[in-house]
Amino acid sequence: MLEESREELMRFMLLFSRQGKLRLQKWYLATSDKERKKMVRELMQVVLARKPKMCSFLEWRDLKVVYKRYASLYFCCAIEGQDNELITLELIHRYVELLDKYFGSVCELDIIFNFEKAYFILDEFLMGGDVQDTSKKSVLKAIEQADLLQEEDESPRSVLEEMGLA
Amino acid sequence: CFLFHRGEGFNGLFLLAVASITLNFVKEAEIKRINKELANIRSKFKGDKALDGYSKKKYVCKLLFIFLLGHDIDFGHMEAVNLLSSNRYTEKQIGYLFISVLVNSNSELIRLINNAIKNDLASRNPTFMGLALHCIASVGSREMAEAFAGEIPKVLVAGDTMDSVKQSAALCLLRLYRTSPDLVPMGDWTSRVVHLLNDQHLGVVTAATSLITTLAQKNPEEFKTSVSLAVSRLSRIVTSASTDLQDYTYYFVPAPWLSVKLLRLLQCYPPPEDPAVRGRLTECLETILNKAQEPPKSKKVQHSNAKNAVLFEAISLIIHHDSEPNLLVRACNQLGQFLQHRETNLRYLALESMCTLASSEFSHEAVKTHIETVINALKTERDVSVRQRAVDLLYAMCDRSNAPQIVAEMLSYLETADYSIREEIVLKVAILAEKYAVDYTWYVDTILNLIRIAGDYVSEEVWYRVIQIVINRDDVQGYAAKTVFEALQAPACHENLVKVGGYILGEFGNLIAGDPRSSPLIQFNLLHSKFHLCSVPTRALLLSTYIKFVNLFPEVKPTIQDVLRSDSQLRNADVELQQRAVEYLRLSTVASTDILATVLEEMPPFPERESSILAKLKKKKGPSTVTDLEDTKRERSVDVNGGPEPAPASTSAMSTPSPSADLLGLGAAPPAPAGPPPSSSGGGGLLVDVFSDSASVVAPLAPGSEDNFARFVCKNNGVLFENQLLQIGLKSEFRQNLGRMFIFYGNKTSTQFLNFTPTLICSDELQPNILGFITKPVDPTVEGGAQVQQVVNIECVSDFTEAPVLNIQFRYGGTFQNVSVQLPITLNKFFQPTEMASQDFFQRWKQLSNPQQEVQNIFKAKHPMDTEVTKAKIIGFGSALLEEVDPNPANFVGAGIIHTKTTQIGCLLRLEPNLQAQMYRLTLRTSKEAVSQRLCELLSAQF
Repeated sequence: MLEESREELMRFMLLFSRQGKLRLQKWYLATSDKERKKMVRELMQVVLARKPKMCSFLEWRDLKVVYKRYASLYFCCAIEGQDNELITLELIHRYVELLDKYFGSVCELDIIFNFEKAYFILDEFLMGGDVQDTSKKSVLKAIEQADLLQEEDESPRSVLEEMGLA
Repeated sequence: CFLFHRGEGFNGLFLLAVASITLNFVKEAEIKRINKELANIRSKFKGDKALDGYSKKKYVCKLLFIFLLGHDIDFGHMEAVNLLSSNRYTEKQIGYLFISVLVNSNSELIRLINNAIKNDLASRNPTFMGLALHCIASVGSREMAEAFAGEIPKVLVAGDTMDSVKQSAALCLLRLYRTSPDLVPMGDWTSRVVHLLNDQHLGVVTAATSLITTLAQKNPEEFKTSVSLAVSRLSRIVTSASTDLQDYTYYFVPAPWLSVKLLRLLQCYPPPEDPAVRGRLTECLETILNKAQEPPKSKKVQHSNAKNAVLFEAISLIIHHDSEPNLLVRACNQLGQFLQHRETNLRYLALESMCTLASSEFSHEAVKTHIETVINALKTERDVSVRQRAVDLLYAMCDRSNAPQIVAEMLSYLETADYSIREEIVLKVAILAEKYAVDYTWYVDTILNLIRIAGDYVSEEVWYRVIQIVINRDDVQGYAAKTVFEALQAPACHENLVKVGGYILGEFGNLIAGDPRSSPLIQFNLLHSKFHLCSVPTRALLLSTYIKFVNLFPEVKPTIQDVLRSDSQLRNADVELQQRAVEYLRLSTVASTDILATVLEEMPPFPERESSILAKLKKKKGPSTVTDLEDTKRERSVDVNGGPEPAPASTSAMSTPSPSADLLGLGAAPPAPAGPPPSSSGGGGLLVDVFSDSASVVAPLAPGSEDNFARFVCKNNGVLFENQLLQIGLKSEFRQNLGRMFIFYGNKTSTQFLNFTPTLICSDELQPNILGFITKPVDPTVEGGAQVQQVVNIECVSDFTEAPVLNIQFRYGGTFQNVSVQLPITLNKFFQPTEMASQDFFQRWKQLSNPQQEVQNIFKAKHPMDTEVTKAKIIGFGSALLEEVDPNPANFVGAGIIHTKTTQIGCLLRLEPNLQAQMYRLTLRTSKEAVSQRLCELLSAQF
């Protein structure tokens, strides 16, 4: 892959808890499993060690990490050095808003038990590491449509409830 | 946020997930439970009863969940792929999710996945199309690009495509273009994409802007019209009222994401030439700067973040254009305000952004006015990442006028600096001290201070450099000798100081020997008092200093000989030390004064080179960040080495001693007491010649090169090699005994490759049989992000076994790179398929019944035994695939002729799969044993 000096490309997004449990990961650049694990472990350590009120940006390896903590969850994006940090910070916030709107006051458990929804919402919002649509309405409309399709498919049980009852 | 009531109806697996966040559940219990669950799912997948789509989805989803809990998943991929072709949305969706999370781009399933994607793209169902596009963007492999790069532009610009699909298509194409730019064909669609900037739907504009920005970087001419469109779009946004854009307004800021992207697109181009467009853009930028001064419309941090995101991007554009002094100074003032803002994030970004501003001649002085604030930040910021930015900015704003102050501040900060950034500060101080030294005594003092304050962080490059400079400047040598002598008086001094001191006194101790307080014997005793506390490399260096003393000061010769003669030296357990002691003692005894004086002569000046410290900093920080500063400051920089002219290259190769390796310059001297060959274990770092360019040695084959090579046996195009710097792509075609290979070298970094030299190497054994010519050398400079192409013409003279090697050497940010890969030129490339009927085949088969003509291999399947894949591979191998020839329809037979210049060789092959045993038997019959052998080897490795 050819890197550009002024290209806006998110490398990955991670959600992890204060206890260091990974809750969601999305990689936008092919990375081997081994490397992913190593990066996740290393980065979680760095971020969890930071104190509140510290700056939301840090240089890590050859990347810039933008993170923000919401309740017990850290949302963490790795971007390239030239990218706009503040807009990335707000991108995280917009994603949290989307989750919040969809789940209704989202919490860590929602993301654990409805991880597939968390992914679908992220995918409607970002694609290949780039913003696809910043309108809250558009993204949620797409997700609602998908939910309708799901209900047409089958009785309205969440996938995980089905799994739980299996 | 405390919705714990959701726990009803979960089975153990999910309770575990809860437990792990609430109770820190015992890890082993979790693993046990997971393994049981995995075994259960595995048995369901392997069971005799075919699973319905619903169950398949359920289990695939469970696997995903387990994966997300942090466990490895090595099965279920096939089931997920099956889900893709389901007509039920939820099944398809889970299938795609599994693949985008768990499938890496090199998976063998790509072909199957591609098929499913193809169907969904053609379905005209926007939801299915969206899923398919997402999957392509997630996996983004070259194979996917090969399959879809031609199709997606059509989807993107088709009149009847829904907006949401357009958005996905734009970003999907962007991803493929990043992966495989050569596979995305430019064409009519590009002009229509540019016009998407005018689209009514802001979501479409946002996605399209990202795509256009990336395309415009590579094809600026083709996308030039995007500039005026982007300016007018931006202008409409910044002048709109905060409610005009409805849902695209974010906390009272109109379309911040789109604004940032448009500003970024404009950074691909110089300032617009058309005065009207240029005027409009300047107005936009002024509006953005003005808005920063207005009272906020909301107290929420989201409001100010979004507003400032646009502001910082506007400032980036202003800096990029570097043409409007007025805007540059306004930008600098704005950043100056942020330097004292209560938000840490803004202080951080202001420091960062000012770094680039410091390199513009219009704003350099304006940035310098903030020096006190920045120094204060260095002292008071509580967050190390912010302090780091302050160090960077001080480094960037440094020039001759403020160098003494900045260097002093950095040195004093170093006393308390975080360990994580000490080395970098040391490098920066060393560079600034050297670059802006008017007075080299100041330079020597600074470096000795560095060693005193942060000796552990002073790398070899730094202390080598001070030695180089002292040797090259005779006006500072006496001062340096006096200063190190004084510094060595300290009861506890850093080992690096002993190294520098030992080296400098060995060369210039005579300059201070006239003073009775630093007589030769005192100098020697001082150094020798440190000897036993030092590591082996330093002791080795001191021994060399001692023999230099023998030459400089005949009066201490007996004392030194006594030391060398002592058991602790002559019988030292370390080979290097022992050898030096033995040889130096011998040298001091047998050599006449003249010979000693010649051998132990003062070091000749070092040739002028780029500072190796700078190279090290570049390596540490990533080249782009440092080079920018260097380029712009070049005119201001001083000739560091002063006096001596650069030595001509030919002599420098002979007489350039690195201060470490060959301290005495003995390499060329007659009674050379040659030390052991340089090795990192023996003499430590001391024997490694850090200054020399790596010699022209061909690197061993890159790791993974074998696998890549094998992948090209049945195909002609793809990526042959890739590391963090370089990507090598291939396209080749073969006809009879001739071939042509297009090699694409992509510079993945943003920095130039210098002296870029690819060489084609055919071993002696290979030489007579295969001829390869590089038609034209490539330009030795490969720009950052650029791709260059080279053509190799190939002729097969006779059958062959080995493959030619492609060796590539280049310099990247001061480091020498050397990569070798096997070029996939294999015998089967010269196949021409031959169709024949069953009876012909068996007749020829029998004719080739001589035992030497047949080669057979029985081997285990390494990949799933899929009939279609096998057929495709045999065809890709180059032979004809003969249907209905073998009585057993499960077998595959093929026939073809290998063309070489000297002869043509008929080949027959038969592949018999055994599904139960997961084995194959491959039989090759040709008229030439070596050919049968080689073809059998090549083809066996494919299944």
